[in-house]
Amino acid sequence: MATTLADDLRPLHHPHSWVTKYVWSQDHKVIAIQYSCTAIGIGLVALVLSALMRLQLGFPGAFPAIQPDNYLQFVSMHGMIMVVYLLTALLLGGFGNYLIPLMIGARDMVFPFVNMLSYWFYLLSVIVLVAGFFVPGGPTGAGWTLYPPQAISEGTPGHQWGIVTMLVSLAIFVAAFTMGGLNYVTTVLQARTRGMTLMRMPLSVWGIFTASVMGLLAFPALFVAAIMMLFDHLAGTSFFMPTMQSMGAITPTQGGSPLLFQHLFWFFGHPEVYIVALPAFGIVSDLISVHARRNIFGYRMMVWAIVIIGALSFLVWAHHMYVSGMNPYFGFFFATSTLIIAIPTAIKVYNWLLTLWRGDIHLRVPMLFAIAFIFTFIHGGLSGLFLGNVSVDVPLSDTFFVVAHFHMVMGVSPILVIFGAIYHWYPKIFGRMWNDSLGKMHFWITFIGVYAIFLPMHYLGILGVPRRYYALGQADFIPPSVHLANEWISIAALIVFCAQGLFFYNMIWSLFRGPKADPNPWGAASLEWQTPDTPPAHGNWGPHLPTVYRWAYDYSVPGAPRDFIPQTEPREPEPRA
Amino acid sequence: MAREITNREVIGPTLREISADWSADQEVFRHTHWGKAMMWIFLLSDTFIFSCFLTGYMTMRASAVLPWPNTAEVFALNIGGQDIPLVLIAIMTFALISSSGTMAMAVNFGYRRDRRKTATLMLLTALFGLTFLSMQAFEWSKLIFEEGVRPWYNPMGAPQFGASFFMITGFHGLHVTCGVILLLIIASKVARGHYDRTGDYSAVEIAGLYWHFVDLVWVFIFAFFYLW
Repeated sequence: MATTLADDLRPLHHPHSWVTKYVWSQDHKVIAIQYSCTAIGIGLVALVLSALMRLQLGFPGAFPAIQPDNYLQFVSMHGMIMVVYLLTALLLGGFGNYLIPLMIGARDMVFPFVNMLSYWFYLLSVIVLVAGFFVPGGPTGAGWTLYPPQAISEGTPGHQWGIVTMLVSLAIFVAAFTMGGLNYVTTVLQARTRGMTLMRMPLSVWGIFTASVMGLLAFPALFVAAIMMLFDHLAGTSFFMPTMQSMGAITPTQGGSPLLFQHLFWFFGHPEVYIVALPAFGIVSDLISVHARRNIFGYRMMVWAIVIIGALSFLVWAHHMYVSGMNPYFGFFFATSTLIIAIPTAIKVYNWLLTLWRGDIHLRVPMLFAIAFIFTFIHGGLSGLFLGNVSVDVPLSDTFFVVAHFHMVMGVSPILVIFGAIYHWYPKIFGRMWNDSLGKMHFWITFIGVYAIFLPMHYLGILGVPRRYYALGQADFIPPSVHLANEWISIAALIVFCAQGLFFYNMIWSLFRGPKADPNPWGAASLEWQTPDTPPAHGNWGPHLPTVYRWAYDYSVPGAPRDFIPQTEPREPEPRA
Repeated sequence: MAREITNREVIGPTLREISADWSADQEVFRHTHWGKAMMWIFLLSDTFIFSCFLTGYMTMRASAVLPWPNTAEVFALNIGGQDIPLVLIAIMTFALISSSGTMAMAVNFGYRRDRRKTATLMLLTALFGLTFLSMQAFEWSKLIFEEGVRPWYNPMGAPQFGASFFMITGFHGLHVTCGVILLLIIASKVARGHYDRTGDYSAVEIAGLYWHFVDLVWVFIFAFFYLW
């Protein structure tokens, strides 16, 4: 039985050639890097799209190549790529793959072959997605929410083929995620090493684990919605399509329910926010604890907060639909459940702050990003309280206030954590150190830059400036200051855009020229820093699996010889040794 | 003398024991094959897919503007000059439920390492599955060619009837097809003695889990689509 695997190396798939080692690899570390590179690659496409949008908004008319249709396509593709293909894939496929086996002391995922398939399906979904840029009519311009009827009706850019590639790509992505997610969940439940109880796991693993469970339950709704819309579009069914007058003619569709799509989409869409946020919560907890040299405050509460947030996030989806025309009584229920989520979230924020309090804070680059995350997350979370209330949300719906809110809370915040996490684990993954000054420059430009971009957007939103508009034109309610603010935002966005070059230069240069890294440069207690090799070899642990004796947060323990105690260090001298 | 069965063995582990299991450093599902654990988790995810399909179907049915056809009449067969409602679907359901029985027996014989009986029973299960599929194909063709129902059009009323029928039974049929293929592969491995060599018949049980799930889903489709 596979349960006797413990120290047995045989079930591992051993690579024999360059191709099986780096291309068709079944090693979770290689798959993680493949996932990450693909996700970052497609994320760069989305970044360029956002720069193009800002050019148009900041300097309307100056770039005639950007037509209204293109603008809508940029908006839609930017949103979908960032949420699904970058953040979900990078946090779960990338960090999940790399960290889970190393942090819980496993040799690999429980089913390496399925894990490999997961990556190749993901790559296929990305290819289909990118194909949308080259089909006749271009990619879909329906907004990332893809609401029917407009997503598949004449007049929306990309309604012929762009929407098909988008939906097919999403369906493939769900298949890819399911294969990966099954592995992550089963590995955490079944393949922990000796001594690694669930309540000794680092919070990163808890975050990724909970997010994977949520993904397995939330992505089905997206899958079903995508299949049904494909039928509506290709077979002429009327799942989501009511009778409409389109281009002067009555459509043959009849009696479908556009609201049904919105319910399905947001039943996926809201948990998706936390699928992205929870791994970030977990990772940032570890970064803060390591670099503040203090144990994480309220570990058990942190775990339960993650689990409770995960569960509650399935009960709040219709707060995205206050203006959709659903039954107003729903609004009451969903506003209540939405505001209840603030409680476990606030617990987490307080615990991060209390971990920092009187800590021995080392302001290294990963820590800078972690602290920046606390800023942006509190900020985005507070504006979420506004939008969670029906009466406040209704006038703010579809304005830049919403754009500012979700970019702060689920765009910028997880991205800052991802940067922090890359800086944090880079020495372990590649065995080399990055350049500190470049890292700090990257951080300060990015951090100040995102505030320069998104703070003014709140102001625009309160003025009532609508989102997804190609150009504002001459409306009475729009004062001239709006145009000035838009210019400012665009300039800031372009500076931040260019500053990311520092990051990529730093990462690639350090890969070849960076100084050799210490196996445990931050003095971290968790298991992944205790591997016999840096970078970890195939099978991770050499001939014997590690044994865990304590939690991952023994920092600055009074009386200990060093300011951290690795998880592998026995509590007392071992009786048998 | 027979051992006295305690209360605790009847009601299973207590909450305290479950929590002790979960907070230990052992596997959460103790002595459970990893593939089996993974299959359970997959089925949970798949449950959500079918739930979304069925909930979507019920929403559409509730909000359809044209009348919903009477399923008792649509799915009736004319046998001996008499329309018998739901007769085909009753036979299909019977075939599928029976296949769950043969599958359970196959799993049982798998654990007893009885190569021949396991393989035979799995083949029988796959045959029941194929029967189900061919009857479904018959039902589809009757609906398409005789009644003129299309995914986009339904002469008897709401177009959502045909759309959701083809989509939901089609998606389920796809699951059955995958199941039949899986059963055939595992059965041939059983017959060739593969699992005798590895000493692990878990694959039979894992395939069985999937198969029972597909049957269970059918019961819900039957109830919500045909009986409502």
